[in-house]
Amino acid sequence: MGVRTWIEGWPVYRQLTGTDPLGRGHAARSARTDALTPRTQEADSVARSVCPYCAVGCGQRVFVKDGEVIQIEGDPDSPISRGRLCPKGSASKSLVTSDRRIRTVLYRRPYATDWEELDLDRAMEMIADRVVKAREETWEDKDEDGRPLNRTLGISSLGGATLDNEENYLIKKLFTALGAIQIENQARI
Amino acid sequence: MAEAHPVGFQWVMEAKKRGATVIHVDPRFTRTSAVADDYVPLRVGSDIAFLGGVINYILQNELDFREYVVAYTNAATIVSEDFQDTEDLGGLFSGYDEETGAYTPVSWQYQGHEEHPPSRGEGHIQRDTAAGLQQEVHGPPVPAGKNRDETLQHPRCVYQILKRHYARYTPEVVEQVCGVSQKQFQRVCDAWTTNSGRDRTTALVYSVGWTQHSVGVQYIRSGAIIQLLLGNMGRPGGGIMALRGHASIQGSTDIPTLFNLLPGYLPMPHHKQHETFEKWVDAIRHPTQKGFWNNARTYAVSLLKAYFGEFATEENDWGYNYLPRLTGDHGTYRQVLDMIDGKIKGYFLLGQNPAVGSAHGRAQRLGMANLEWLVVRDLYMIESATFWKDSPEIETGEIVTEECATEVFFMPAASHVEKEGTFTQTQRMLQWREKALDPPGDCRSELWFFYHLGRLVRERIATSTLERDRGMRNIAWSYPTSGPHNDPDASAVLKEINGYDIATSRPLSSYTELKDDGSTSCGCWIYSGVYADGVNQAARRKPGSEQSWVAPEWGWAWPANRRILYNRASADPQGVPWSEKKAYVWWDAEKGEWTGHDNPDFEKTKPPSFRPEEGAVGVAGLRGDDAFIMQGDGKGWLYAPAGLIDGPLPTHYEPAESPLRNPLYAQQANPTRKVYDRPDNQLNPAPPEAHSQVFPYVFTTSRLTEHHTAGGMSRQLAYLSELQPAMFVEVSPALAEERGLRHMGWAHVITGRAAVEARVLVTARLRPLRIDGRTIHQIWLPYHWGGSGLVTGDSANDLFGITLDPNVLIQESKVGTCDIRPGRRPTGPALLDYIADYLRRAGLDASHYAPLETPGAGE
Repeated sequence: MGVRTWIEGWPVYRQLTGTDPLGRGHAARSARTDALTPRTQEADSVARSVCPYCAVGCGQRVFVKDGEVIQIEGDPDSPISRGRLCPKGSASKSLVTSDRRIRTVLYRRPYATDWEELDLDRAMEMIADRVVKAREETWEDKDEDGRPLNRTLGISSLGGATLDNEENYLIKKLFTALGAIQIENQARI
Repeated sequence: MAEAHPVGFQWVMEAKKRGATVIHVDPRFTRTSAVADDYVPLRVGSDIAFLGGVINYILQNELDFREYVVAYTNAATIVSEDFQDTEDLGGLFSGYDEETGAYTPVSWQYQGHEEHPPSRGEGHIQRDTAAGLQQEVHGPPVPAGKNRDETLQHPRCVYQILKRHYARYTPEVVEQVCGVSQKQFQRVCDAWTTNSGRDRTTALVYSVGWTQHSVGVQYIRSGAIIQLLLGNMGRPGGGIMALRGHASIQGSTDIPTLFNLLPGYLPMPHHKQHETFEKWVDAIRHPTQKGFWNNARTYAVSLLKAYFGEFATEENDWGYNYLPRLTGDHGTYRQVLDMIDGKIKGYFLLGQNPAVGSAHGRAQRLGMANLEWLVVRDLYMIESATFWKDSPEIETGEIVTEECATEVFFMPAASHVEKEGTFTQTQRMLQWREKALDPPGDCRSELWFFYHLGRLVRERIATSTLERDRGMRNIAWSYPTSGPHNDPDASAVLKEINGYDIATSRPLSSYTELKDDGSTSCGCWIYSGVYADGVNQAARRKPGSEQSWVAPEWGWAWPANRRILYNRASADPQGVPWSEKKAYVWWDAEKGEWTGHDNPDFEKTKPPSFRPEEGAVGVAGLRGDDAFIMQGDGKGWLYAPAGLIDGPLPTHYEPAESPLRNPLYAQQANPTRKVYDRPDNQLNPAPPEAHSQVFPYVFTTSRLTEHHTAGGMSRQLAYLSELQPAMFVEVSPALAEERGLRHMGWAHVITGRAAVEARVLVTARLRPLRIDGRTIHQIWLPYHWGGSGLVTGDSANDLFGITLDPNVLIQESKVGTCDIRPGRRPTGPALLDYIADYLRRAGLDASHYAPLETPGAGE
């Protein structure tokens, strides 16, 4: 190591002689700083996504490593958001990874005071049974003048507006074929 | 906008840097106000008086963009001589029927069209089926208009009717009704009018709190009238931008999960009005109207082909009789009251938390406690899933856990990064999200849940011979699945939505390719083109920096990837841009086609000079200067002869709950508002009824930057909970003084439905307004809190009752009356007694309901 290199390795020297008198930029860099890399660089894959909160539609990049989301950042390519995210969008990694998130099916029996666990497939079978039964018990073929009604008023649904278009499409298609008309969305609210 | 849509607000700041004037009109001073050139506080619920004042200012001073107005709006069209205005009838329009509380709008028609009343039938049926919502993309069916006076002098032309209707909305009246000083109002009028015209445009931005009023649709109509008069529609930097608050709330109406709509704004069939397929189609397209809606038959047949595939044939009217029928109001609030009455057995909640997010939270929770079963699909444990053990009604004893029979399934949902699919953002743009990873544990997407639920139900009825099971047995329900959980392929669903030629499976490039002979299938006609050329256009991600300022290669906007609707109006009637500076699309005479920065919203080769033959209808009936191609007469509507339940022109009515008598008309509130008169839905009294002073203050709600709606996606997160840790209420120093409220101390807000406690923030962000000689105090609350999550608190939406806008059945949850008292609210059964005492003092016994029509109206 030459004397010059040694002196320039000293932050105060760089601060006093260079263009960074406040020591907030390159004057403060060290070998360790130079060795640091953002964790986004170590990601195994990046998915291009969209923020799930409001309807501005800010672009997100979702970084995944070892099967875990390690970071969610604004997408600088987006002509809508130019890489920016608001506090909610910036917190969306914890929306996905929080340990408060529920990851198993829970079931509350009639009159029960607490939840119990339930197998997912079993839950699906039980829900299908209930849909068929509710429909059967409340089916209306015709109105009083004999015009077709072809429906049930025994089933309701209220959807959030964070559903994908493809999901809304299947929901409406299924419920319509089932004759369930009381299908609503946040868009009404 | 800076509060609730901060990243979108960067463009307002960009515009400001380039010299734009930013005006913020809001009852409360916010982060937007802080950077605006002018902040205009006004009384909650007085927006039509304010905007009507602007309309009056434009008309009295003839500041409208006359050439635009004559060519592109219905200003010149002559209205029936039977029409009577609110000026003549104390606040009602002609045709009001006291019995149904709705209008028969025959007299509102254009002259010569009185024999063609709107084909969707009587006003109260239209109200119950929220028929106004069907007009999101097209005008209601009216025949093409011919009776016009382009000098705008005819006393019954729209321009003159408008001028008379708003003549009383003077700066003095604006001051009296809204509490906005004449000087400040003048500044707004000056800025808006001088920044509109050939060389300049003004954008109007509203947040969808505007829709949450009993006159919500008419608020937006008022804005539309101004933007049409000033020539700001269909032009760059102009228009009306709705700031929607949820990632795909636009998509949720386009491809609706709404009771009264099918995809692409086709109406759900009504048992009387649409008994047959032919009646249904003719109700959508008026056979003699202009424009693209005339092709409704192709949209309808192609949808039924997408739903029922090979089982939709010409012989069975394309499966039309598999569709269920509406008989009236089946909206979410009707449903909740029916749950209370025990009429509904099962309920699905899909990423929705009505216990906190819907008006009248107590009714929501009591309704859920009376179901047989409830399925909640969400990421986190929300209040709507736990009402049976920790809701406020457990505390009051109205719900007893051990006596509550509702069976609850909590089905954990996949997050936005754990599934692929499209959101439609607020500018109608679809953006495809790639899947980053599989969801954990039992978490699944809605696509997975509903595909497999449909599969399981179909298994159960596979051998049924019952007529009612035919639609479900014949539904086209085979989607490719893959992965460890058999996830259905979202891109296959998007292809079905886009539509294809059935014989060749070729994806369609546009809705203009749809046929009515069963040879095409299309799940949502307005989305046709999103998979043009077999390419997922919504997945396009060409960086904004590498393309034009319109950025047409990022995502895909419906219809036809158009970024500005009705952009034909950006050029003059001859097809030349109104000015060089505001050029957007134009007619290229040499090539004989429309061209420009965006996809022209017009037939590509129809010249500006085109004039249709006498009697031509549909697309062929559009003139070369009919810029509003979805309207039945090709014109932007200053005056709406059809399609609205509550009148052809916006008129100031007081909110259903108001401390004031309407200063403008004998008619107090919207006479056609949808009400549910029940003892469990008491509304606070408003003049001319007695006792309104029991609830002397006006309150409103809105969002915080750091939280999202009912809190299910924000109060569970540590960062956001730390940033905004507690429910609070904002009051002005004057009100704090009047009621003895201490900054950072407790207070509670009381209405006829609930008492809600919160920490007090005494702030100059709210200021008392001088209205009609009285001081009116306004209170503000955020509505994000509930009983679950890292930070908890009372729910502001519990304070509201249920009164709906008649056009779209959206609740009035941005304005109500209340009292506020220092200290915490009573708890347990004492809370019920406390509210009951207010009801008693307000004269609200179980049988008392406010009349729709008030004395003096209609005379």
